[in-house]
Amino acid sequence: MKNESIKVFQKKKKQILETWMKLQLADESLREDLMSNEELRGQSEELISILVDNLNDSNIDDPRHSDFDSVVDILSGISISRARQGFSPRETGTFVFSLKDALLNTMQQELKDPQELFLQSLKISKLIDSFGVTTFETFIKGREEVILRQTDEIAEISTPVIRVWDGILALPIIGTLDSARTQVVMENLLQEIVESGSSIAILDISGVPAVDSLVAQHLIKTVSATRLMGAECIISGIRPEIAQTVVHLGIDLTNIITKFTLASALRTAFNMLHLQVVKKQKQTIAD
Amino acid sequence: MMVTLNKDVMSIVKEQDVIPFRNRIKEYATKIGMGLVNQTKLITAASELVRNMLKYANGGKVYIEVVSKGRENGIRLSFEDKGPGIPDINLALKDGYSTGKSLGLGLPGTKRLVSEFNIASEVGKGTTVTVVKWKNG
Amino acid sequence: MEKIPILRMGKFLLVTIQVDLYDRLAEALEADLVQMVKKTGAQGVLIDISAVSIIDSFMGRIIGNIATMSKILDAETVVVGMQPAVAITLVELGLPLKGVHSSLNVERGMELLRTKINLSEGQSDDDGYAE
Repeated sequence: MKNESIKVFQKKKKQILETWMKLQLADESLREDLMSNEELRGQSEELISILVDNLNDSNIDDPRHSDFDSVVDILSGISISRARQGFSPRETGTFVFSLKDALLNTMQQELKDPQELFLQSLKISKLIDSFGVTTFETFIKGREEVILRQTDEIAEISTPVIRVWDGILALPIIGTLDSARTQVVMENLLQEIVESGSSIAILDISGVPAVDSLVAQHLIKTVSATRLMGAECIISGIRPEIAQTVVHLGIDLTNIITKFTLASALRTAFNMLHLQVVKKQKQTIAD
Repeated sequence: MMVTLNKDVMSIVKEQDVIPFRNRIKEYATKIGMGLVNQTKLITAASELVRNMLKYANGGKVYIEVVSKGRENGIRLSFEDKGPGIPDINLALKDGYSTGKSLGLGLPGTKRLVSEFNIASEVGKGTTVTVVKWKNG
Repeated sequence: MEKIPILRMGKFLLVTIQVDLYDRLAEALEADLVQMVKKTGAQGVLIDISAVSIIDSFMGRIIGNIATMSKILDAETVVVGMQPAVAITLVELGLPLKGVHSSLNVERGMELLRTKINLSEGQSDDDGYAE
């Protein structure tokens, strides 16, 4: 027996699309600012025809059937692009679930036998619900990708190495230092030391909110690695609170040159390089 | 869940096998796009482990696998030997402990270089050390 | 057998490691270098490791040995041109190469050796600023 509802869907594709569009446009959460109605219509039409063309008796109970791969692909594409465009999960979910309403609506008009209508409705509901879940999964994946990209960007931005003087580098650290961040800091710093041939690096930690034993360990590692390369490392921006916690935690920083401000670290660096900053004699202009 | 994408095996019986072995790991690590620092960490760890294997068990086999977990790719190395085994693994993993004439930072130092570290040993039967290094880990 | 060449440059010895060292080669280098220090009376040893991509605890020990042995024979050792990735790995491994001085490149390494030698001579001859 050929499934009645599938026949109905194939015959009434146009009508389903119209109902679906009406439902979507009527919804309060419609985002005309993010997507034009024509674009929405295009997406909807594509999805319906792919779904109806691939639906048959044997796969209607199995949303994971390979026949639906193309449907899932389209849904994934739509929800990933929506995640990136900044749609909310509800807005994306509504897109799929209003299709269910449209399908059920059409079935209600076409199928006369209540028993049959109930059975078919259940099947369609299950199928679309499963597609809805898929949409959410890919939506979250899309968002995660955005987050990962931003994390990478933040890591890049937050570790700039500045050449403050010939042979002196400065690296202001802002935010917490974890092991992943320390590795990025070390890599950037050491690479820049090689490229610029600098012999002194100043690590300024004024922007690090707190120094615990783990952060201190990361700092010590960075200093050790810099020394192995043959450069010296000065840590500046140590606030009184940090000095206090460091001592209370019993962390030994005596092998590291530490300074209160970046300016005093720079002065130390000048000294190490036998440089002197001299105030210029004021020139008197004769009139 | 970790999935193996590619598997390779090398047997290490003499000191001269170490350098080709390192090169093989480097090939795989480069293929999955691992950064230079993580590559260096992985190869150094592998070098330590393979040295242990030669010293205590006269060599053994190493399985090199390209693995993936979710969006992360990585390299898994399994060092299998039929040596005397390690009687007290916890002690062997302590910083500064060594029975051989090395610096005594073999296992704990190696552990810090990789993302995952596992050791199974039976006295008289042998030892298997498995390490994983993720591309970005 | 292969050998790592040791070059003599005035008061210093220069070793450039261009290949991956396997154990016996490294041990041979250690022995050769110490012999050369004694034979030439060199005051400093420069080990250029800019082409070395891996230093494990064994290599670290060889470098440390060379430094300690040279020190006993009154010569300072400077390791030059360590790769960033190698430095990061050594720190993570817990191998700080104690007793070994480092420099960014050979030129800086020589400068460092000169100041070290001047300093030690300065202590005995009170002639710290010769040159």
